Amino acid sequence: QVEQVKLLDRFSTSNKSLTGTLYLTATHLLFIDSSQRETWILHHHIAAVEKLPLTTSGCPLVIQCKNFRIVHFVVPRERDCHDIYNSLLQLSRTAKYEELYAFSYNPKQNESEQVKGWQLIDLAEEYKRMGVPNDYWQLSDANRDYKICETYPRELYVPRTASKPIIVGSSKFRSKGRFPVLSYYHKNKEAAICRCSQPLSGFSARCLEDEHMLQAISKANPSNRYMYVMDTRPKLNAMANRAAGKGYENEDNYSNIRFQFVGIENIHVMRSSLQKLLEVSGTRGLSVNDFLSGLENSGWLRHIKAVLDAAVFLAKAIAVESASVLVHCSDGWDRTSQVCSLGALLLDSYYRTIKGFMVLIEKDWISFGHKFSDRCCQLDGDPKEISPVFTQFLESVWNLTEQFPQAFEYNEAFLLQIHEHVHSCQFGNFLGNCQKEREELKLKEKTYSLWPFLLAEQKKYQNPLYNPDFSPELTLLEPNTVSFNFKFWRNMYHQFDRSMHPRQSVFNLIMNTSEQNKQLEEDIKELEAKIKQRTGRSDVVLVKEQEQTAHPAPVALKSPPCFQKEQPPMPVNDAMRTIEGSNTADNRYSELVSEFSKAEPAVVSLEYGVARMTC
Amino acid sequence: MEFAELIKTPRADNVVLHRPFHLAVEGTLCLTGHHLIFSSRRQDNAEELWLLHSNIDSIEKRFVGSLGTIVIKCKDLRIIQLDIPGMEECLNIASSIEALSTLDSVTLMYPFFYRPMFEVLEDGWSSFLLEQEFELLSSVTNEWRLSCVNKDFSVCPSYPPVVIVPKSIDDEALRKVALFRHGGRFPVLSYYHKKNGMAMMRSSQPLTGTNGRRCKEDEKLINATLRSGRRGFVIDTRPLTVAQQARAKGGGFEQEVHYPQWRRIHKYIERFNILQESFIKLVEACNDQSHNMDRWLSKLEASNWLTHIKELLTAACLAAQCIDREGASVLVHGSEGTDSTLQVTSLAQIILDPRCRTIHGFEALVVREWLQAGHPFQQRCAQSAYSNSKQKWEAPVFLLFLECVWQIHRQFPCSFEFNEHFLIMLFEHAYASQFGTFLGNNESERAKLKLPQKTMSLWSWVNRPEELSRFQNPLYEANSLVIWPSVAPQSLQLWEGVFLRWNRPSRFLEEAEEERINIIRYNKELQAKVNALRRQLAELETDGEVQ
Repeated sequence: QVEQVKLLDRFSTSNKSLTGTLYLTATHLLFIDSSQRETWILHHHIAAVEKLPLTTSGCPLVIQCKNFRIVHFVVPRERDCHDIYNSLLQLSRTAKYEELYAFSYNPKQNESEQVKGWQLIDLAEEYKRMGVPNDYWQLSDANRDYKICETYPRELYVPRTASKPIIVGSSKFRSKGRFPVLSYYHKNKEAAICRCSQPLSGFSARCLEDEHMLQAISKANPSNRYMYVMDTRPKLNAMANRAAGKGYENEDNYSNIRFQFVGIENIHVMRSSLQKLLEVSGTRGLSVNDFLSGLENSGWLRHIKAVLDAAVFLAKAIAVESASVLVHCSDGWDRTSQVCSLGALLLDSYYRTIKGFMVLIEKDWISFGHKFSDRCCQLDGDPKEISPVFTQFLESVWNLTEQFPQAFEYNEAFLLQIHEHVHSCQFGNFLGNCQKEREELKLKEKTYSLWPFLLAEQKKYQNPLYNPDFSPELTLLEPNTVSFNFKFWRNMYHQFDRSMHPRQSVFNLIMNTSEQNKQLEEDIKELEAKIKQRTGRSDVVLVKEQEQTAHPAPVALKSPPCFQKEQPPMPVNDAMRTIEGSNTADNRYSELVSEFSKAEPAVVSLEYGVARMTC
Repeated sequence: MEFAELIKTPRADNVVLHRPFHLAVEGTLCLTGHHLIFSSRRQDNAEELWLLHSNIDSIEKRFVGSLGTIVIKCKDLRIIQLDIPGMEECLNIASSIEALSTLDSVTLMYPFFYRPMFEVLEDGWSSFLLEQEFELLSSVTNEWRLSCVNKDFSVCPSYPPVVIVPKSIDDEALRKVALFRHGGRFPVLSYYHKKNGMAMMRSSQPLTGTNGRRCKEDEKLINATLRSGRRGFVIDTRPLTVAQQARAKGGGFEQEVHYPQWRRIHKYIERFNILQESFIKLVEACNDQSHNMDRWLSKLEASNWLTHIKELLTAACLAAQCIDREGASVLVHGSEGTDSTLQVTSLAQIILDPRCRTIHGFEALVVREWLQAGHPFQQRCAQSAYSNSKQKWEAPVFLLFLECVWQIHRQFPCSFEFNEHFLIMLFEHAYASQFGTFLGNNESERAKLKLPQKTMSLWSWVNRPEELSRFQNPLYEANSLVIWPSVAPQSLQLWEGVFLRWNRPSRFLEEAEEERINIIRYNKELQAKVNALRRQLAELETDGEVQ
């Protein structure tokens, strides 16, 4: 516990600060300011801690979080600062899974609730929903003991014609044994999205079983014998892999395939791209042109567009040509997960519901072994393994929700909350790198699943504009991917920088109004029942009531003005509207002035009332 | 002149109309004196397109065999293409459109011929008189007076006949001050901040010249707005160097020796030719769908448009801060005081004055701070982003102002009575309209053209209840506070409603907007119903007790 600590506003240039007390607990860092407002930061969320050189007011400590919060403390005494710094370094770096928050987190659920929570998402059920097993696809028990592929789930769906020797042979020809399996099956088109890793083709190697495997996939589609093989890497990267004995499919060796590169960059490019993006967006007193050129140089939006373009290509191949598609990258757990899951999201409206989105993440990300632990740096490990692959997926979904405001049952808060928990290590879902590892950790016994908690508060995550009839079950969502449609996701990267956001939120207002409407409907029912009870057999009043139900609008017009006075309208409306800009602490007054005095030192600085004339 | 002389081919059949995101339509093209009319002859849902010639910014023609193609680029940024069979017809039509869209006489413009089909409830030409404004002002302060010194436009040709000035300054002094200010634009009241009695004035630059001329009356005039012992701020919209250079041409700035109670701040806002270039570049970038991400972002950056938005908002916030937070009076001017000055004073009022965020109040602001204040609309809006003529008077000064309002609107979406469509409508009518409101460059020209007698006012149309409902913001709830927008680049956005309007399908966004409105409307219905039911129940209960 350290007192008299100052919390600085990240973008303020006027040294505006809150003074308060800093506490370190076993799991959180807590700051309580003088007006008793609390800021909680989970240790697992801390990405980096930096101690800046001592200043006159104390020792500055900057904490960067994985949810893009950046807090800037000034600790009065250097020794305290040093202590906090060391503690945070230790606390934020965990060496063993068992030390993660999820293993100590206790949400007061009993055991059966815990078990039920884990059963909420059932992937077998999901494959059934898609329509498999069927005449062409079956469940394979080849990987039941993780013998063929450690990073795949136990249950895998493959073409009926793919015998076990073919599976085994194909898996030996694929990086990490990740042979082609079913990811999504489109009932109406009878076409499938399959996923795998790169073939170990080198410059000329081939594998008959693998060729059979692909042929089996194409034959499992009665509507189109041709299938696409999408290598999501840039061509150059794929070619370079050949020197290491890996590579890509040779169109001549496989019958009926169309091979396609789509050029999504690798995890290292993505990591440094995000780094650049954060550097730019974190700059104080940023000019518009520096922001735009920084955005361009980071390449971030270019990568998001590349991911979405690939997903659109995939979805169109299935919906328009009824062709099956096999997707891979190098290991088939990063770009492949992005493209398969987004493709399915465009094809199937189920994934645009709250429950469906959870299923999609469980299927294409968790079960197929996206390395959440490595990518999100849950344990102290190789920094080169960290990469915002899943963040990009969420951002692509957000872009879609912006283009199709009525197509998604969930809202932005849902995406942000999932992002929060992918890094929080508070729930078991995202721990570890693959299913085998999760089973070994006994996560289902020792930790809780995130999904029931999100479902319990799903009101917060519902999109009030959602229209379930927006697109019938299996119609393709066709986003426009012209560059100008991609925007900087302010609510993700500046979620905690309140001064940058609109001071009145249309979204919250609509959400609350929509919520209130439901309540009002209830009230009306209740009142009508009471009136009915009062009037008993008096039919006259009942008739009048029915008229009102049929034509609500004229009632408002007909009602005499005096009743407004008797019954003041519900007060909820005022409470819903919050205007933050009116608060002196929130507006950018002092900042603006100091911006001027900084940019043009020769002119007046209003803040101090001192003026230097310039001629 | 007869329009018929310009129309060699008044009608062409089998013309095909292409618009982005619409299927091509075949139909008949007709040219009238003021309109290009395209009508598909299909019985089921005949489609008609009426385009004002004055809305046409540029026209290109090309031929493939005997099939001619005309590409028409409009001032509202829309681009349409017409395929016209027959080389002669096509050439005739193209040359007619060219001639009709570039008529040089104002009195030939459509507003002089337009006869409204609606009943005029209130004549918009007299809806916003400065006298009414002054009446409101005199209910809170008696420090100001109406002056008719300019009633025949002789003191300042670009000012309206009546202006509001400090009470202690007589007309004789005003005449002297007018001689000391560029174009005779002496300091007048722009806005009075009721909360603390501070005033915002605007003028043009003082004519100090190289030898430092001074004018006692000018000093007395602006000092009259100061409380004793308090300071004021002069916000000069030019950088210091430009202001210094202006002295060589007889212009200049307020020197501290003569204005010891005033602090001068130079807050640079781009001049009109730079803005026009920026506008052209931005529209070019938005119209090219093939740009990859890097190219799009670098084009957006190179246009500098959002930089101008940020600078302008910053300057307006500065003026508003001086008044509201520093409790100081402010004088705003650049060189002529007809462009950047008006942007700053009008935006500051949006920030400070809740009244300007209502529909009627915003209309009054546009009339007072733009039309009556002498922003040269006819020069500035003669051409839009597709102009290839290098005339130097065009500039999107008013559009930039509207966009800044939109940016503030986005940050305070519940604090404005009007919606985005209202701003877009004003943009369209400033560039091409059937109404006379935006014709002419100032009140003097409008009086000479007898616009109030000969043309219809835009406000007569807009303020009819049927039209108004389209422009109302369902989320509006009066907010009496000062609203400070964020000017961080992350908080600013491209105005898609104007710049991407014709470049992307907008159906889903429009439907979502409709749904939002429905939710709000349904809420009101439900509330009314709950109230009615409660009342009924209460009545029943009292009846029950009586029995």
